[in-house]
Amino acid sequence: MRSYRWHKSVALVAAGMVAACGGGGDGGGGSDTAGGAAPEAAVQIDPATVGTISGMVNFAGEAPAMTPVDMSGEPDCAAGYGGDGPMSNTVLASGGGLANVFVYLSEGVSGGPAASGSVPLNQENCRYEPHVFGVQSGQDIAITNSDNFLHNINASPTENRGFNISQPRAGITSTQSFSVAEVMVPIRCDVHGWMNAYVGVVDHPYFAASDATGNFSIGNVPAGTYTVTAWHEEYGTMTTSVTVTAQSTAEIAFDYSADMAGAEVPMNEPLVLHHESDGIHRVSLNGAAGR
Amino acid sequence: MRKTVRRMVVLITGFLMGFSVVSGQDVEAGKVVYDKWCAECHGIDGLGDGSAATTMLPRPRDFSQARYQIRTTGSGQLPTDDDLRLAIQEGLPGTTMPGWPNLSGPETEDVIAYVKSLSRFFGQGDPPQSLDFGSDPGGGSEAIEIGAQAYLTLECEACHGSAGRGEGTSSPTLEDWRGFPIRAADLTEGWYLNGGGSVEDIHARVLTGLDGTPMPAASDAMNAGVVSPDEVWQLAHYIASLGSAEMPTLRDVVRVARVEGTLPIDGSEAEWEGVDTFYFPLAGQVIQPPRNFAPTVDGVYVQGLHDGVDIVLRVQWHDPSESPDPAWDEWQVKFMNAIDLDGDSLVVDSLEAPMVRPPDALAVQFPFEIPEGTERPYFLMGDARNPVYLWTWDDQSGIGAGRGRGLDSVEELPEDPVTGNATWEAGRWTLYFRRAVTMEGDGLSFQEGTAIPVAFLAWDGSSGEVGKRNSISSWYYMLLDKPASSTVVVAPLIAILLTGALGLVLVRRAQDRERG
Repeated sequence: MRSYRWHKSVALVAAGMVAACGGGGDGGGGSDTAGGAAPEAAVQIDPATVGTISGMVNFAGEAPAMTPVDMSGEPDCAAGYGGDGPMSNTVLASGGGLANVFVYLSEGVSGGPAASGSVPLNQENCRYEPHVFGVQSGQDIAITNSDNFLHNINASPTENRGFNISQPRAGITSTQSFSVAEVMVPIRCDVHGWMNAYVGVVDHPYFAASDATGNFSIGNVPAGTYTVTAWHEEYGTMTTSVTVTAQSTAEIAFDYSADMAGAEVPMNEPLVLHHESDGIHRVSLNGAAGR
Repeated sequence: MRKTVRRMVVLITGFLMGFSVVSGQDVEAGKVVYDKWCAECHGIDGLGDGSAATTMLPRPRDFSQARYQIRTTGSGQLPTDDDLRLAIQEGLPGTTMPGWPNLSGPETEDVIAYVKSLSRFFGQGDPPQSLDFGSDPGGGSEAIEIGAQAYLTLECEACHGSAGRGEGTSSPTLEDWRGFPIRAADLTEGWYLNGGGSVEDIHARVLTGLDGTPMPAASDAMNAGVVSPDEVWQLAHYIASLGSAEMPTLRDVVRVARVEGTLPIDGSEAEWEGVDTFYFPLAGQVIQPPRNFAPTVDGVYVQGLHDGVDIVLRVQWHDPSESPDPAWDEWQVKFMNAIDLDGDSLVVDSLEAPMVRPPDALAVQFPFEIPEGTERPYFLMGDARNPVYLWTWDDQSGIGAGRGRGLDSVEELPEDPVTGNATWEAGRWTLYFRRAVTMEGDGLSFQEGTAIPVAFLAWDGSSGEVGKRNSISSWYYMLLDKPASSTVVVAPLIAILLTGALGLVLVRRAQDRERG
């Protein structure tokens, strides 16, 4: 009888350890690795319940003087411009509007349709196009190279797994994704030091990047009240509040100005408001952000 | 009731035991190992911010990010336990991460568990899988030729340079994930490759990339058909052929062979082809501030010839930049911000200030007089009591000579007859010093057949190396060969004959005694 009880105790311990082993190995978020979420069937959005946020990122004051990108060591890149070459694109502000501002709903969102399809990121004439853009968490980014020479695409998130892949010529498509929200994820080419992009990974579809004139638009937003955050790589972040009513357009504006230069620019933030900046040291070169 | 309680207690205990003792890895015991051996560099919380970290470039790994350089898994993926085990046991050559042979097997497993516990990424998703690397189709000269072509197809030379010394056009702007300046590996010195210099190691690095650094993974390019899997192996053979996986054997004495005829003074690689090359490692000067914790020049290759009248010393070293060079201005500023602990008024740490561009430089150091015994001057350019004699060169003022009584006390010797020149090509300086073997006045006369102490100092101007901030070798020796004389051959012959004759005489006398 004694040996029977002993066996039972051992069996219980063993069962417990096996259960723990099973739990320890495979627990946690079960997040997606590169490859992205399978696109779900397109969700029917009822137009009677959604509105649009339309807006303008204003820029007051004088934009810093654009400096030519030094392509002297890169004849392949310079050839695509034949002449003076491009200007640094850190601050694009024409006609009073600020371009490349990432705008997204940062509070008040409860869910939203999953992404369908992929977001393109192309490399042409040694520039990323787009320079600032958004994706949903788990959504594929289809990376292509229109230049028939080497670029590498080096993404440095902190909340997600990153990647660094080489595309030595045109015609290669690499597909990557980020599984959790992170604003923003810097992407750079190490072969061409001026070449960078920023991607905002958001876990809902309500984001946009301002165009060359500072305009942006976010559609199919469910009626409700939200906090909207704007992010710019040189001038930092601003927030505002917006109430969207169904079947109408809510107008908002952000007022950036030249004297916001040198602001603390948040990077790699999980999607939580009022998070402390991570304080990564950046070299300031000619008044432009170093990354 | 009591039986049930007891069973629950046993079940829960087993559960807890299982959590912490999975395949022999104990996180609690691992923390003890980590705190003792790892925390000084990697930080008490594993953020790569230990107290010693500011003297290191690249910085120690931030384990919370789980972003690992040396892996067998795909780009952005976690390392396998085998990858971590190898890094702990072997270290990462060319970095400040040593191997830890003092750790026992269980200690190694425990600290692996602890390091993994420092990042939430290890608990998520499927366990990491090594890539399928296929099998090596083999080396040889044909494979190396194909590999050389693959090197160009993948455009490795953009960063690593056409000669593979890290002198590519993109090298001045390279940064790691934290914004610190970082160098493309010098592929010709395979003993310093972070993941090892074997063909297998190199092949793995090309396909996986080095996460956290500019080195990308070529796996997408291979899968898209830019290069075939075999060609990636052949690329690895090519890169391995550029240098050696093992540091050259360290020999203490530079043999300066004696030649008849004209001494080759410069240019012709062919003339120096057959001359014995002596490799000496250099380390950063970290005794007197400003200390140089991340030196650029880590070795010199030395050859010497003399004809009894003149001596020519040929010194080569690798430096990806030809300083001064404005293309490296931003590098210098970033470098000074990253690693300059002592401050230095000779170089700037901001692009706002007027730029200072020190030149590349090299010095060969001898004692000012041939020492009687084994005592040598203080290796940091001597001292007042025991000065050194220097042959100097820099890219701005050319060849010179000096008397050193310490690192900040070098007196020029303008009358010194030493001449020479230097050229930079594809990441390597080649420098010639020429002088008469013996000389009048202030300076060291060499003596054939006498071992003379010699040391080497180098400066990479583009990394702010100037003045006391340099790399330096230990004292070695230089020996000018004496001419081969006839006594070398004749004396042994005479000795043999005399010995033989003596032997015959002794045998004869012994035989006589026997008979008589």
